[in-house]
Amino acid sequence: MTVVNPDDRNIAAILERLQHLPGALLPVLHEVQHEFGYIPDKVVPDIARALNLSRAEVHGVISFYHHFRSTPPGKHLVQVCRAEACQAVGARELEAHIQKTLSVETGATTADGQITVEPVYCLGNCACGPSLQVDESVHGRVTPEKFNALISDIGAK
Amino acid sequence: MARVYVPKDTTACALGADAVAAAIEAEAKARDLDITVVRNGSRGMFWMEPFVEIDSERGRLGFSSVSTSDVQALFDTGFPNTGDSPLCVGLVEDIPYFRDQQRVNFARAGIIDPLDIEDYQSLGGYRGLTRALSLSSQEIVDEIKASGLRGRGGAAFPAGIKWQTVLDTPAEQKYIVCNADEGDSGTFADRLLMEADPFQLIEGMTIAGLAVGASQGYIYLRSEYPMAHQVLKTALASAYRHGYLGGDIRGSGQCFELEVRLGAGAYICGEETSLLDSLEGKRGLVRAKPPLPAIQGLFGQPTVINNVLTLASASSVLAGGAEAYEALGTGRSRGTLPMQLAGNIKRGGIVELAFGTTLRQLIETYGGGTASGRPVKAVQVGGPLGAYLSSAQLDIPLDYEAFAAIRAMLGHGGVVVFDDTVDMSQQARFAMEFCVVESCGKCTPCRIGSTRGVEVIDKIRANKEREENLILLADLCDTMEHGSLCAMGGLTPFPVRSAIEQFPEDFGG
Ligand SMILES: Cc1cc2nc3c(=O)[nH]c(=O)nc-3n(C[C@H](O)[C@H](O)[C@H](O)COP(=O)(O)O)c2cc1C
Ligand code: SF4
Ligand code: FES
Repeated sequence: MTVVNPDDRNIAAILERLQHLPGALLPVLHEVQHEFGYIPDKVVPDIARALNLSRAEVHGVISFYHHFRSTPPGKHLVQVCRAEACQAVGARELEAHIQKTLSVETGATTADGQITVEPVYCLGNCACGPSLQVDESVHGRVTPEKFNALISDIGAK
Repeated sequence: MARVYVPKDTTACALGADAVAAAIEAEAKARDLDITVVRNGSRGMFWMEPFVEIDSERGRLGFSSVSTSDVQALFDTGFPNTGDSPLCVGLVEDIPYFRDQQRVNFARAGIIDPLDIEDYQSLGGYRGLTRALSLSSQEIVDEIKASGLRGRGGAAFPAGIKWQTVLDTPAEQKYIVCNADEGDSGTFADRLLMEADPFQLIEGMTIAGLAVGASQGYIYLRSEYPMAHQVLKTALASAYRHGYLGGDIRGSGQCFELEVRLGAGAYICGEETSLLDSLEGKRGLVRAKPPLPAIQGLFGQPTVINNVLTLASASSVLAGGAEAYEALGTGRSRGTLPMQLAGNIKRGGIVELAFGTTLRQLIETYGGGTASGRPVKAVQVGGPLGAYLSSAQLDIPLDYEAFAAIRAMLGHGGVVVFDDTVDMSQQARFAMEFCVVESCGKCTPCRIGSTRGVEVIDKIRANKEREENLILLADLCDTMEHGSLCAMGGLTPFPVRSAIEQFPEDFGG
């Protein structure tokens, strides 16, 4: 997860590339979040203008979707699966372990800004849970020990 | 040159397949062996991932649960030229789990390189489209109707009737939309199909385009599937390069453009009208029906919206003919259904069978019981809105009507197994909580009712005025079932009620 300072030039480039698409708003928001790690409030007016929408409409879309965030995440992102198939093999216990180990609630970022923990409802790895995703990669059969190893691998704790 | 197959699908990689592939390449190099590592898709026998394969005179040999620390010892036994390692499970085609399936959608999964269009063609790929190009639109729709194919996304609506409506609705622009939102916990068939055999979906959508006169298609893919996204993008580019997509499909003069779009983590966007709003760039609010999407769908135009497996099946129907497809199955459930074994299960994965097998056969014979070795207590079939069944209800055949008859749902074929340590009042609470998180907010019974549901279940769990609260919960479930616009609010009561009915002891009963 890289958080980059929003740069007007980058926003303009994204808009120029995507604004002509039918239903362009989601593709634009994905690209902005991909580029900056989040969707900064200051880019909302630019997006609204380019797509001929009101700011309220753009805000409404950003807040509707769990995937989009308006504040910068930690350096690394841990998404822990909370859905039924993972519950059946210890997802609740795993999430409690994560919260305790990192001293952070799900949905928040560690005090040192290193790790954001988010809930996710299924990663499609339901035959080999509990599942979680660390940055870009999904991990299966995650025990507390395996989680600790993953965290020391990313050098964040 | 010896070929070594190491799957590249989400689950195989979640269990270390990338590192295993790298270790095999490095070890071969160190030993001066000339090998090619093919990144195939998974066979769907996920409990054995990373499941490495080699060619032999008798067919492909498999090696189960290979880790990087096994690689050196593996080569010491003569790998990749022999199957003498203790990790070898013999011929893949002889493994009962695999051998006894009736694979149609997953016939190529794990065998081919998903991104190699020639591999796809060599195993029957694009035969369906070639045939469709020689038929009229009406003839294609008639084939789909005759096959008995019903939607695989959950509601099981006959695909041919939907396509006929779109064909019969005149418009300048029509659309084919693939619902690849696969939000149900315990399901991964769409994901595996897209990761292991993406051209099958692309072919099916192209056939749908020819059938109804639509020149533009979109695959709406959930953002939680980054690997499927990469695979689809690469496969689409290849289909364009080979003339299977674009302005002049294989020299026929027919046009079909196809693009993949990402969702953004909202379960409700799997509901078809919410999905269409989302594709249009809006919040994913459910639309009232009518109008049906087939008449006024994406951007107000006639739209076929179908699940990944439904559209992919169209290529099999056209390739093998409606009759062959229709010959599989039972009653009004025709063809095959890829079931997905998940949760606390020893042998989790994809089991594609003709309709009619029992749930017990599936869980015991294929799945091998629970992973923990403890007794099965509850099974949730059909995703988070599906009922919980007790171990006494497992003799039910896999058939849409049989499930409906006991107020359960086959849905998209997800089977989530729980052992006897599960607390069903906690699962009922989760069903309500999930509805709180994922409701689109349009109707009160769903938005507010689910929040109240969580509170009431908490009181029951704490044994506070238990009897009164159980009655209150039953009322609330009725209100949600009858007062909701879509199945999110309308079906959330099903897992809740079934938990109470089948497992009263977990509610202090
Ligand atoms: C809350 C909700 C979620 C749904 N999620 C999905 C989904 O993820 N994938 C899917 O194919 N259908 C889903 N559906 C069903 C779709 O609304 C629709 O029936 C389906 O896309 C039609 O395609 P089919 O006829 O090929 O099944 C969902 C329905 C509801 C009410
Ligand atoms: S039932 Fe729930 S999800 Fe469906 S339309 Fe109403 S509020 Fe939205
Ligand atoms: S339920 Fe956790 S990955 Fe599907």
